Amino acid sequence: MAIKNYILVCGGTGCESSHSNEIYKNLISEAKKQGVENDVQVVKTGCFGFCEQGPIVKVLPEDSFYVKVKPEDAAEIISEHIIKGREVTRLLYDKNISKEHAQVEDIQFYQKQFRIVLRNCGFIDPENIDEYIARDGYSALEKALFEMTPDDIINELKIAGLRGRGGAGFPTWMKWNFTKKAENDIKYVVCNADEGDPGAYMDRSTLEGDPHSILEAMTICGKTIGACKGFIYIRAEYPLAIHRLEVAMEQSRKYGLLGKDILGSGFDFDIEIRLGAGAFVCGEETALLQSIEGKRGMPQPRPPFPAVKGLWGKPTEINNVETWANVPVIIHKGGAWFSKIGTEDSHGTKVFALTGKISNSGLVEVPMGTTLREIVFDIGGGIANGKKFKAVQTGGPSGGVITKENLDTPIDFGSLIKIGSMMGSGGMIVMDEDDCMVDVAKFYLEFTVDESCGKCAPCRIGGKTMLGLMNKITDGTGTMEDLEKIKKIAQAMKRGSLCALGQTSPNPILSTMKYFPEEYKAHIIDKKCPAGKCKKLISYVIDPDKCVGCTACARKCPVGAISGKVKEPHKIDPNTCIKCGVCYTTCKFGAISKR
Amino acid sequence: MTLEELRNLRAKKQDDLKKRDIEGKDCQIIVGMGTCGIAAGAKLALEAFIEALDEKGITNVSVTQTGCMGLCYVEPTVEVIVPGMPTTIYGKVDATVAKKIVEDHIVGKKLVTDHIFDRPSIDIIKNGGK
Repeated sequence: MAIKNYILVCGGTGCESSHSNEIYKNLISEAKKQGVENDVQVVKTGCFGFCEQGPIVKVLPEDSFYVKVKPEDAAEIISEHIIKGREVTRLLYDKNISKEHAQVEDIQFYQKQFRIVLRNCGFIDPENIDEYIARDGYSALEKALFEMTPDDIINELKIAGLRGRGGAGFPTWMKWNFTKKAENDIKYVVCNADEGDPGAYMDRSTLEGDPHSILEAMTICGKTIGACKGFIYIRAEYPLAIHRLEVAMEQSRKYGLLGKDILGSGFDFDIEIRLGAGAFVCGEETALLQSIEGKRGMPQPRPPFPAVKGLWGKPTEINNVETWANVPVIIHKGGAWFSKIGTEDSHGTKVFALTGKISNSGLVEVPMGTTLREIVFDIGGGIANGKKFKAVQTGGPSGGVITKENLDTPIDFGSLIKIGSMMGSGGMIVMDEDDCMVDVAKFYLEFTVDESCGKCAPCRIGGKTMLGLMNKITDGTGTMEDLEKIKKIAQAMKRGSLCALGQTSPNPILSTMKYFPEEYKAHIIDKKCPAGKCKKLISYVIDPDKCVGCTACARKCPVGAISGKVKEPHKIDPNTCIKCGVCYTTCKFGAISKR
Repeated sequence: MTLEELRNLRAKKQDDLKKRDIEGKDCQIIVGMGTCGIAAGAKLALEAFIEALDEKGITNVSVTQTGCMGLCYVEPTVEVIVPGMPTTIYGKVDATVAKKIVEDHIVGKKLVTDHIFDRPSIDIIKNGGK
């Protein structure tokens, strides 16, 4: 006999702790008791990402979404839903939506994510152009070539209110308009795929999952601004993305969607890939253009902006991967559709790479205005291993931290700047109680100091000096005056640096100083690292009452700093100890503590 | 290609997707093959699927690849489409789980417990088939 219904019981950590296992068992036994065990299959699933409403039970094929289910509800689910075919209304998440919830516009439903940029990722075979075409692919290009004038296209972007997704949030229509108005017979279109923020992989995943959307968007732009040549600047570290782009370009050319006389419209456009060597500064647009020209990747003063004088001195439209991926949808569905999503100040969605101390790390796309709490606790399933949430770093080495107090801030361009962070390109690193904020700030500064191109003095010298002061603090030799010095240097760097790398590199420090002043004080005044991360400020001690003298730690210690006889309490010599922590993880009796 | 030809191709392909019938194969196994999925072992899962299907002499199942679905914490991810059954996303699919999916889901028409996950978002493309 064929199975009619499938009951999915969430087996995520959150739901398991609220007895989803019992629900699962009860459902199976109830199905047997009521004689329908052959019509229904009960299965345990992974986390549904809606943990605060757990435990969650979903019944297919009706797609009924039951929340806060109790083990004793099992009998009713079987007798009502499975046997009589009636949904158990009192358990439904939204009683008003019930069966008609599967509408596209209904983005407020339990799935907090809404995918525009990632619309095809996980749906199509990225190496098969037919699948892209079947999912409305290249229909925006049709419109752009045959139905719309360049001004129509720019106007559609204006109505949509699309803002640059690379971090700065500049209105895309304005940029296109500047490039269109710039008079020149040769213009260029460039895709910035030089993704470099630590922990960010939004662009890579987009290119790997849906390369044609970028090609289509760039071609539409070429038609709009009057360019017939495009470049995709991508890091050589992304071999799969490069391969899929190459395959996609070959297929597009074969179909006449790239190259001469596209779809018989008389418009020519082609794209070339340029590989970057992985310098972080080459994500800065002027440095990127230098690198495409074959020069050393160093930023240039702006103005003139690339829209006026860009690649080889010609007007150039340069956008980030995520910005490009939005364009075909806006042209196909219309700017008005797009502008309904998000907040007043920021329309559409944003893709984030959610990493760090989070249960469900992943690539998430949410409407603008979603709160950080929803991302971390609903989609991300909360902090891993039951630890306490401390902060989230957004905007990578250019951004800042968002603390517990600001968890309910809606994520859009304006709100994030107000609380001292920034949208950035979309890296989102979650930190828990074990992370030292001074150490985190130092890590990002080390990164930007390493990646500074050295062209301008504020960034080159300022960054290095600031790092010296930060090292003093984490070594326990810092003073309160050092904090003042750091603030002064930060101001100078923000004002005097040539490009955003230098201007924004003090942000992680300034923002951690603002939100975690007590951690800086603990390092400077008490000479302690509360999270136990800064090696010079911690010491490992053996509790003689708990130590049983098993000698396990002494045998593992790489520098022989632990001494003691068998079955007698051991001791650590603080002068020899290198604070590697091996003894701490080796001890089975919890006798070793960090101080 | 002309405009006309592109539109015809799109209509035909949309039909194929709706019928869920690609070159006479009515079942699909779609493996997430982004860098993340591959790093987590998606290639091994893909090979295991093909091997298991060959062993059993099953010919109505197509095995294809797609990009990243965004569920990094349970890679490799796989979507399984079988007529008459709910479209299912499986996570943490290694070679053993892949074999189990072929035996239980494709042959036995039952879902494989403990590995099911939810597609993180609804599809914004209305007539996109699947």
